[in-house]
Amino acid sequence: MKRDWLPLLLVPVVALVALPLVGSATSWVTLTVAGLAMGLMIFIMASGLTLTFGLMDVLNFGHGAFIAVGAFVAASVMLALSPWMTAESIWLNLAAVGPAVLAAMIVSGALGLGFERVIVRPVYGQHLRQILVTTGGLIVAEQLLKVVWGPEQITLSRPTELRGAFLLGDVAIEKYRVLAVAVGLVVFAAMAITLNRTRIGLLIRAGVENGEMVEALGYRIRRLFVGVFVAGSALAGLGGAMWGLYQETITAAIGAQVAVLVFIVIIIGGLGSVGGCFIGALLVGLSANYIGFIAPKVALGSNILLMALILLWRPQGLYPVANR
Amino acid sequence: MADALLSLRGVKTDIGRYHILHGVEFDVPEDGLTMLLGRNGAGKTTTLRTIMGLWRAAAGEIRFDGRDIARLPTPDIARLGIAYVPESMAIFADLTVQENLVLAARSGPPDPQRLDWIFARFEALKRFWTLPAGNLSGGQKQMLAVARAIIEPRRLLLIDEPTKGLAPAIIANMIAAFRELKDGATTLLVVEQNFAFARQLGDTVAVMDDGRIAHTGTMASFAADEALQAHLLGLGMGEHQ
Repeated sequence: MKRDWLPLLLVPVVALVALPLVGSATSWVTLTVAGLAMGLMIFIMASGLTLTFGLMDVLNFGHGAFIAVGAFVAASVMLALSPWMTAESIWLNLAAVGPAVLAAMIVSGALGLGFERVIVRPVYGQHLRQILVTTGGLIVAEQLLKVVWGPEQITLSRPTELRGAFLLGDVAIEKYRVLAVAVGLVVFAAMAITLNRTRIGLLIRAGVENGEMVEALGYRIRRLFVGVFVAGSALAGLGGAMWGLYQETITAAIGAQVAVLVFIVIIIGGLGSVGGCFIGALLVGLSANYIGFIAPKVALGSNILLMALILLWRPQGLYPVANR
Repeated sequence: MADALLSLRGVKTDIGRYHILHGVEFDVPEDGLTMLLGRNGAGKTTTLRTIMGLWRAAAGEIRFDGRDIARLPTPDIARLGIAYVPESMAIFADLTVQENLVLAARSGPPDPQRLDWIFARFEALKRFWTLPAGNLSGGQKQMLAVARAIIEPRRLLLIDEPTKGLAPAIIANMIAAFRELKDGATTLLVVEQNFAFARQLGDTVAVMDDGRIAHTGTMASFAADEALQAHLLGLGMGEHQ
């Protein structure tokens, strides 16, 4: 089979086109790393959502709730462990960040389980109701966050050893962004291995294409969907924790704000496609950073413009899932 | 006649506000091949999908090996040993031929002997083993859809129009494969429009008209009664050759 390389080439093409427009090589490297870090954090948050849509045609507009809960739970744990966060030891810093991220994933995953059972399950196969009910779920979750954590924004400082930047000659690369890139790549690799090298991954890929036929082969796709929904929620929690540290401020609206980017990414990638979601996230991250530097006034609309251009080229997204 | 492995009694199926099946009743004898015939829109595909649980029967009984399966979820029906080949083939286009078959083999890796038997009949599947199934031709996709249903021994195969759009050489292979399955104690219920194919393979026949069974009996007697065929299927003399 001819592999479709064109979408893959878009990422280096966008980066190379931006080089002369940015003008300075050092700024370009900094922006590129920042764009990749932002893109990979969005990918972590978006990957579960694209799979749940692919598997069960579920439009979950409440996905931002898992992101926000992840950010708040991680912030609470990190604030509780603030002596370790401020220690000048990478190990103590990680000893604070690790449990915080783990707690964010567990709570978001558990919330996902309840959300699927109470909110999503009654509206399977009804897209309009899914949009209304899951959006309502997001609004309720935001208000509950204000009840539990208060209406004020939480300021969160990064751990001591993850502040500042690595200096490579004239190029400054923020340490936290390097960590975000590393975590994003690990999540992508783990997902790729799970989807391509395991039986459960085979089932998910088949289910995304044709869930009815997977059931006719004797597999209970709803159980699979619940598993993917919970895993996707946990990943959203991880992404929320990382996004909170990236922004260093957390509000109840953090999930809804970043969910806009998440939806742009899964539409660009092709609904149901993890590979497309990965490429889409990198494109969104890179273009947001380049355009924010080159033409700050149009930065806000840059992602919508990117989505429009890609959909004009490929109306089903970069990697449309077969049979959909 | 052998005992019925599958029996439908008074099966009614609605799709939305349309009543498609109006009390379907027929038996599928064990270890035989039953042809489900009828004009377009008679309800043949709906009958297969209802048996498989993909559309719910609004009323009636579907008994498989004596057990009512009309209310069971589709995966549980499949796990009783019923395999389904839809008219659309529904192969997983993004998965390789190998992955399609590995997925269909629920009990573990496909049995090599069984695979060799399949490859002997559908050689293209071996040739394109590692290619995405979406790259196969229409005929090859049909081979894969059938192979997926028979990758492990099943008690009952439900096959919807297996010869649709196939070249004569592939149809001959399909006939050979179905005969061997039948001899190997697999029961088949096949929806077919190609009467020449149907009469070669069928032991018994059920003919549908407007959501009901209009005729049941042996294929031999039905094939001999051209007036009945003309009445139920609208076949002219030329189509009996």
